[in-house]
Amino acid sequence: MSLEQHAIIIILAPLLGALVISLIGGLHRRVAYLTLVAALAVSFSSTIATLSQVAARAAEGPLHYFLGDWQPPYGIELVIDPLNALVLTMVAGVSLLVAIYSKETVRRESPDRLHHYYTLFALLVAGLLGITATGDIFNLYVLTEIAALASYALLASGRGFAYYATFKYIIMGTIGACFYLLGVGYLYIKTGTLNMAEMQAFMTRPALLHSESIRVAFILIMVGLWIKMAFFPLHGWLPNAYTRTSTTTSCLVAPLMTKVSVYVMIRVMFGVFTLPYAYHVMGWNTAVVWLASLAIVAGSIGALAQTNLKRMLTYIIVAEVGYMVGGAWLGNAAGLTGAIYHIISDGLMTACLFMAVGAITFKTGEINLEAMRGVFRRMPVTAAIFVVGGLAMIGIPPTCGFFSKWYLLSGGLAAGHYGFVVALLFSSLVNAVLFFRLFEIGYYPLFDAQSEAGQHDKVVVAEAPLSMLVPMLITAAMILVVGLYTSRIVSGLIEYALPAGLKL
Amino acid sequence: MMDTAPFLAATPALAVATSLVAVPLIAISGRWPNLREGWTFLAGAVKLLLVLSMAGWILAGHTHTYDLWEVLPGLMIRFKVDGFGMLFALVASPLWLITSIYSVGYMRSLDEHAQTRYFCFFAVALSATIGVAFSGNLFTLYLFYEMLSLSTYPLVTHHQDKEARGGGRKYLTYLLGTSIAFALPAMIITYMTAGSLEFSAAGVFPAGTSPAPLTTLLLLFLFGFAKAGIMPFHSWLPGAMVAPTPVSALLHAVAVVKVGVFSIVRVFTGIFGLELLADLHLNTLICSIAGCTVLVSSLMALSQDNLKRRLAFSTIGQLSYIILGVGLASKLGAQGGMLHIAMHAFGKITLFFCAGAIFVATGKKYISEMGGIGRQMPITMTAFFVGSLSVIGLPPAGGLISKLFMVQGALQAELAWVLVIYLISSLLNAAYFFPIVYQAFFGSSQEAQHQGPRQEAPFCAVLPPVLTATASVVLFFFPGIFLDFITVFLAS
Repeated sequence: MSLEQHAIIIILAPLLGALVISLIGGLHRRVAYLTLVAALAVSFSSTIATLSQVAARAAEGPLHYFLGDWQPPYGIELVIDPLNALVLTMVAGVSLLVAIYSKETVRRESPDRLHHYYTLFALLVAGLLGITATGDIFNLYVLTEIAALASYALLASGRGFAYYATFKYIIMGTIGACFYLLGVGYLYIKTGTLNMAEMQAFMTRPALLHSESIRVAFILIMVGLWIKMAFFPLHGWLPNAYTRTSTTTSCLVAPLMTKVSVYVMIRVMFGVFTLPYAYHVMGWNTAVVWLASLAIVAGSIGALAQTNLKRMLTYIIVAEVGYMVGGAWLGNAAGLTGAIYHIISDGLMTACLFMAVGAITFKTGEINLEAMRGVFRRMPVTAAIFVVGGLAMIGIPPTCGFFSKWYLLSGGLAAGHYGFVVALLFSSLVNAVLFFRLFEIGYYPLFDAQSEAGQHDKVVVAEAPLSMLVPMLITAAMILVVGLYTSRIVSGLIEYALPAGLKL
Repeated sequence: MMDTAPFLAATPALAVATSLVAVPLIAISGRWPNLREGWTFLAGAVKLLLVLSMAGWILAGHTHTYDLWEVLPGLMIRFKVDGFGMLFALVASPLWLITSIYSVGYMRSLDEHAQTRYFCFFAVALSATIGVAFSGNLFTLYLFYEMLSLSTYPLVTHHQDKEARGGGRKYLTYLLGTSIAFALPAMIITYMTAGSLEFSAAGVFPAGTSPAPLTTLLLLFLFGFAKAGIMPFHSWLPGAMVAPTPVSALLHAVAVVKVGVFSIVRVFTGIFGLELLADLHLNTLICSIAGCTVLVSSLMALSQDNLKRRLAFSTIGQLSYIILGVGLASKLGAQGGMLHIAMHAFGKITLFFCAGAIFVATGKKYISEMGGIGRQMPITMTAFFVGSLSVIGLPPAGGLISKLFMVQGALQAELAWVLVIYLISSLLNAAYFFPIVYQAFFGSSQEAQHQGPRQEAPFCAVLPPVLTATASVVLFFFPGIFLDFITVFLAS
């Protein structure tokens, strides 16, 4: 297997995995699980290989992979640069961990449709990885639809109210996809190509720079993506859809879907359009950053109001999307670095928290705040993992959450956008309240006559199964590792991912 | 100067890590209390030896830098041992050992629950404290500062009852809230304007930085490190008195609060530079804020009947003394302020030890119940007397020396009104301590609730206050033990 083929293996492995699972996954419940894990492991190791390859030649430009050796503009190419190499690794890594984690949860949640579930799981991951790797703007749309269709089916697997919540998401998601597709249509008419790099080459022409059609295309694509990533005020569909679904689905979808959409936004801004176009011709910066600040505040306040753990986390996602959109639109290197870094760190933090909550729900059968009662004694390892995720969300060094905030705050201050700075600090404080409230519930015994202070009833330790604990532990460890390796990640990769004209 | 240091380059990092290494050992020996405490003492001794091994080198006028890890481009987790850091480490590490003896006496006498957790987090807190002491830049300091806030939470809320929950909430809200909302942005702004967070005597800001943003930054730092208890961000400290007394003693008279003060002093001396503070007349601003805290907290201490709460308000005042001293931005004032970190630590920890010993022996928490207790617990109350002398600033206890320096510093800085603050607050200090001692020994027999045979606390709870009280007296005669480090630090 030559190194050049890694780029396509990243996507093919889960795609073929989906095929295999749908064909033979019904034979035995083990087969589906093992095939999925194997496919994702292959995909993940390819992302690692690609990442190291890209890192080694970061200064020389991206890797190109031509599908079937058809050259653009006729063929579709995969373009791997430091930006999407990082996102690919995160997506493949998190989905592999969630796949391992899913062994017990899927068996409990969808015992009769196990291999259908895993087929969709693999398809969703293939779609997300494809979106991230492709260098073709229409191909991106197709892969978005693959991922979206798979995610609709997965989200609806929660049954009951999940059907209604997912239906709402289907409507919103389809509108978003249509907006995107319309925008792509305009661009195709004006440029005659669907290849991102070629399209960008046209964008510098003065005729296109001030063309109304291009302007409309940009607006349509952005709004479409904002719906997809649940950017305030287009976030209404997300909390219900992500809360009502099964544990496994929320662990998979919550960390990845919104983050990949944010990646696409950054890619379109600087890989299809240009930095001067996005920042100067549109003249949106201040307005978008204000909207992002509102998203952060609204998401944080929304999270405060929740008593359902998963729903609380979904509102935090809404706030975190504000972090990334705001960072990308601040218009300086620190802000964009923060946004890109936060794609990685937020993916890890969200995965960690959703998996921990999933494990607690798995053992207690509860999803409300009360599920945390006594969790430090009952499930010490899970509780410790939850604490790491929580501290990262608050932004305590040396977790990766701290360093995202460091760059985003630097960007906000450098841009003089104090509203965004205040919103970030506000959300850190709200997160502190949110998570310490949960730690408190987990830490204190019930205040009743029987359990006086100092007298502990015999508490039976009932940890989650090992297949859940190990991926959670790895995720929590990665939160710290990514935090400690921030310097390498930023100066070795993200710095090269910034568009020309922005320098740290 | 270029001769190599007579210890391993990584010694500061090792000194920090020692107690962290002990944590898993303490955790797995939970069933054998003697072995468990053995790890604590072993780690404490090793830590002290590591700190001491660097002391001679520092006294000779050297500093020692060790880079652990580059965490952001151009920003290191960096340890730097200099005179001031050494002073703090030399205060904190022996007091950890003494407090551990006391913890054993206190926790076992009261048969407290969850002692393994208690000793684990105590060790983490000590690592964070030494980490702050040896931080080479503001970023590293912030890292350990946050680590200390989090690791002390389970200690403060040890009793896990409603009162502990309330105190713990307040504790985290104030400490975490201010550090995220004020100190973090201040640090980022500093990094953006100055391009460096390394501590240096000349400060990091380029010449000609306009005064208005600098004043804002100073205020952000002053209130952001709320562990220093500057009003109006002080009320976490009395709230945290719900903790077991050894925690109050070490953490809230020495480690936590002094970390706050230490951080602020580092910002004064290493980020702004004392000259800049004096040139921009920021010292007047600092002295006004700290002076208000000194006076108000001393007045509030008068009205507290719970002994530990009275001590807490006294601590708030004494912490602002230190900030006031260094904030004068004169050499003598800085010397006095830094020295007061050590002097107050030994004095105040004695007082807390005594409060705990009284509680262990008699179960009394309130001052109004302590009439005549000196006849029952003479050793404890004598130690209490010595401790209070030191905090008030009377001979023969160390507190006098540091106060003298600070008074001279006020004259040197030509801020004579600060003298009035020192004078009034010393009188107030005497007013809230002496009645306790007087009632304890000379309370008339009608008032005395305590009569009968001598009934001291267990040996492990009596020895520590005696040791620290003795140390306070020794420091009166030999202030050079700590003063030399300050001289070396300020000379560089």
